[in-house]
Amino acid sequence: MVWKKHEYEDIPGSYVFDGRRAHSSYAMNKLFYSFNEEKNRKEFDADPVAYCDKFGLTDEQKELVVSQDFLGVLRSGANIYYMAKFAIPRGLSVQDAGAAFQGISGDEFREKLLEKREGLEERLEQEGGYWNG
Amino acid sequence: MAKIIGGITTSHIPAVGNAISDGLTQEHYWKRFFDGYKPVHEWLEEKKPDLIVVVYNDHGLNFFLDKVPTFAIGCADKYENADEGWGLKPTSPFTGDAEFSWHVAESLINQEFDMCTCQEMLVDHGFVNPMRVLFGDHEVWPIKSIPFAVNTVQHPVPSARRCYKVGQALKVAIESYPEDMKVVIAGTGGLSHQLQGERAGIINVDYDLACIESVINDPDWFANQSNDEIIEQAGTEGIETIMWLVMRGALGEKVNCLHKHYHAPISNTGAGVLLLEGAD
Ligand SMILES: [Fe+2]
Repeated sequence: MVWKKHEYEDIPGSYVFDGRRAHSSYAMNKLFYSFNEEKNRKEFDADPVAYCDKFGLTDEQKELVVSQDFLGVLRSGANIYYMAKFAIPRGLSVQDAGAAFQGISGDEFREKLLEKREGLEERLEQEGGYWNG
Repeated sequence: MAKIIGGITTSHIPAVGNAISDGLTQEHYWKRFFDGYKPVHEWLEEKKPDLIVVVYNDHGLNFFLDKVPTFAIGCADKYENADEGWGLKPTSPFTGDAEFSWHVAESLINQEFDMCTCQEMLVDHGFVNPMRVLFGDHEVWPIKSIPFAVNTVQHPVPSARRCYKVGQALKVAIESYPEDMKVVIAGTGGLSHQLQGERAGIINVDYDLACIESVINDPDWFANQSNDEIIEQAGTEGIETIMWLVMRGALGEKVNCLHKHYHAPISNTGAGVLLLEGAD
């Protein structure tokens, strides 16, 4: 048994969510999916370890989830959209998560995004045909 | 007969819905993004379409990873929104058109696109935010809507070319429906963004503008790209831009571009709004 290699695995700093990741993290993503329902969020909060056991997480993934190690969770195979159901209600925005991945603050991360706006109107003017306010 | 009168592209990210809910659309951060929808609103007001097909991806509300359809279509008379995990108040339900949907599904399957048909389908932000940004909030929505879901979450996801082709088949399907109705297609999501990994925060303006030009004038350029190339250029989550090609395929060979708008950043993404009419 062997997992086929993909070109996208060579893109640095990226964890493309494919069958290999989906397979190894199925139980953990299923746990996050259950957070769509408020009663499940409450059940988790009341006893995180028991809730992880109910979904059959590996010891390593249970540790990551219980300690709310969001980045560890992502690296160990969580899908970003499923992880959001865990992270966002706990005050971690997707931008904070991105920042943590790069070891910078959320504000620095947001600043870097805002830089993309510099000169945008002029650029679009040059391209032509764009609505520009 | 039903007729496709136009196509629209729009972002669908949660932040767009939050900005609407929080009344921030005229704040500095958001103003230019939201103002760029005005010509689309005017066009919708003038043309009064009867039905919109919203091409989007589900992010783990209706579909879990136990079953991931590549292409799925809602075949119900009503679609509910629901809590996606962070406790947002659901919107009022959306009105579908089961007869229309089943006709489209049957036609697509006859054209060798093996659709997943859904008689119950919760619609998440990918569907809801395009509806809100295009039509505003309503107790009773002013237009019928059909969810058309594409898997862009779990690879293998369909190729850009496949999305373009299913769009071409969608045109045949819709325009063979016997009822006189005006139909609009929305291709949602994108543009470049990456939420995850050390490479998070990508916004590739050059690539976004190239995709916009391609979708208008040369869809083959984008349709010829592999998913590896798209991920490399647009980021891991930017792959969802392939859904624009479903919309584009449904408009025919040539289009007139009535409006194009680009803005960055909104949250972590580049955002493009297009209003296109078929010109064949
Ligand atoms: Fe999305």
